[in-house]
Amino acid sequence: MLKRVHFGPSLLPFLLVAPQIIITLVFFMWPAGQALYQSFLIEDAFGLSTEFVWFDNFKDLWNDSYYLGAFKRTAFFSFTVAALAMSTALLLAAMVDRIIKGVFTYRTLLIWPYAVAPVVAGALWVFMFDPTLGIFAYALHTVGYDWNHKLNGNQAMTLVILAATWKQVAYNFLFFVAAIQSIPKSLIEAAAIDGAGPVKRFFSIIFPLITPTMFFLLVVNIVYAFFDTFGIIHAITQGGPYKATEILVYKVWYDGAVGLDLGGSAAQSVILMAIVIVMTVVQFRYIERKVEY
Amino acid sequence: MIENRPLMTLIAHLSLVLGVGIVAFPIWITFVASTHDALRMTQVPLPLWPGDQFFVNLHAALFKGVHAAGGIPVGLMMLNSLIMAMMIAVGKIAISLLSAFAIVYFRFPFRMGFFWMIFITLMLPVEVRIMPTFAVVANLNMLNSYWGMTVPLIASATATFMFRQVFLTIPDEMLEAARVDGAGPMRFFWDILMPLSRTNIAALFVILFIYGWNQYLWPLLITTDAGYYTVVMGIKQMLESAELSPEWHLIMMTSLLAMLPPIIVVLSMQKMFVKGLTETEK
Repeated sequence: MLKRVHFGPSLLPFLLVAPQIIITLVFFMWPAGQALYQSFLIEDAFGLSTEFVWFDNFKDLWNDSYYLGAFKRTAFFSFTVAALAMSTALLLAAMVDRIIKGVFTYRTLLIWPYAVAPVVAGALWVFMFDPTLGIFAYALHTVGYDWNHKLNGNQAMTLVILAATWKQVAYNFLFFVAAIQSIPKSLIEAAAIDGAGPVKRFFSIIFPLITPTMFFLLVVNIVYAFFDTFGIIHAITQGGPYKATEILVYKVWYDGAVGLDLGGSAAQSVILMAIVIVMTVVQFRYIERKVEY
Repeated sequence: MIENRPLMTLIAHLSLVLGVGIVAFPIWITFVASTHDALRMTQVPLPLWPGDQFFVNLHAALFKGVHAAGGIPVGLMMLNSLIMAMMIAVGKIAISLLSAFAIVYFRFPFRMGFFWMIFITLMLPVEVRIMPTFAVVANLNMLNSYWGMTVPLIASATATFMFRQVFLTIPDEMLEAARVDGAGPMRFFWDILMPLSRTNIAALFVILFIYGWNQYLWPLLITTDAGYYTVVMGIKQMLESAELSPEWHLIMMTSLLAMLPPIIVVLSMQKMFVKGLTETEK
């Protein structure tokens, strides 16, 4: 990792890493340490007194049915978004692989939602499904289905999932296209000579060969649904109705910034950090194995 | 293509057109909504075809903003977003280049320690350490400033990794030759490493610009002064005001404006973007 030819020790390398290290220490390590420390404290709402309570905040969370509910909801939300976004993207990528003309045009038209901010994506979807005005709400109403995501928790969840999926398909699509294109053509041709049709070839050659990419994307999608969808939820439902769409990241923010329960929020932060660390380790494990194929 | 199956090709095109339709429909609706006047946008069913108010709405949004949401001109918010996105993208690239250079080209104490410290930032996205980071920034008096909006997000493990990877592929002879010619470390960095990593810098810039432009939770938390609102935050405020007085034509115009810069960057630098995305994130 160090170059064979390199410069000897001097002050210069310290100066070079200094900006990054200072920012890391001040804005990453210190706050993370604070979160860890605060998660053992209970503070009153005015910040006048604090008490060291060991694992009480965590015990409270464990006994808090709202928190456990948010946990289950996050799991459901993440897996649904990951499954929907990945299967749609894989289908489109497989179709792009079938055609010769217009690949670039299709790719151009498919990737832009990646650039749209989560809040803006939320705004677009909330507008289309606005109970009084929205186009889809109107269409659903004319066929006799009553849409009101402001009152109906399941409908709110559906809307949030749709918006989150819409934004993520582009990303998955690019990775699937790259993965399918990297498969040696000779394999596919050999299978075709042996009489395998397009569908058979997809399931017995392409699909197994892109499983590493699928696994990578699964982790990335779950991380996305866990952390990057705050804006979508904040714009569409604000975690409501009756907490039906409150996922973990939203609850950390809500309990800390709105509810001012700093100890509880810090304990939630610590749990989220543990989740991110596990996912990052899983992801890097995968990168080490990736070389095999 | 291996065999000629017109039916399969037709199915492929049809499903792609359908996919593009679904992906593009929300954006079409946004565009249509931004071309009608306020009255038309309160009548059900809403239009599916553009009207003629596009430039009127554009002017109103850019210079007046949405009245019910505080009337901050969208032009100002776009400027704030641009400053924030540029500072984050340029800052991340600059400090990552420097630290990758130090880690790859220098032998010095704690080298690996620093490397792992940078690595760990990967595991601490701003969303999970939100309240304590806010406290630190408040203590440093950085609330309501461009520095507060950008600096805490600037450390980057992915960018450092990528530049490290790039530097490792540069042949050792480059440095030997530069030394023979009498170049010091910084001269070598500027005149040889920087030009050789130009394409990677560009690819990374696309991704980081989008990342910076789309930041939401962090600026939301630390800016209370309307002069620092970014356009992405502005949309949220407008949505809240829409509960009372829906001005959807202006909200959708603002949404359109908010997604335009990142979409332009992605589409105009599509090759770079795809390269940057599929190579840095792995």
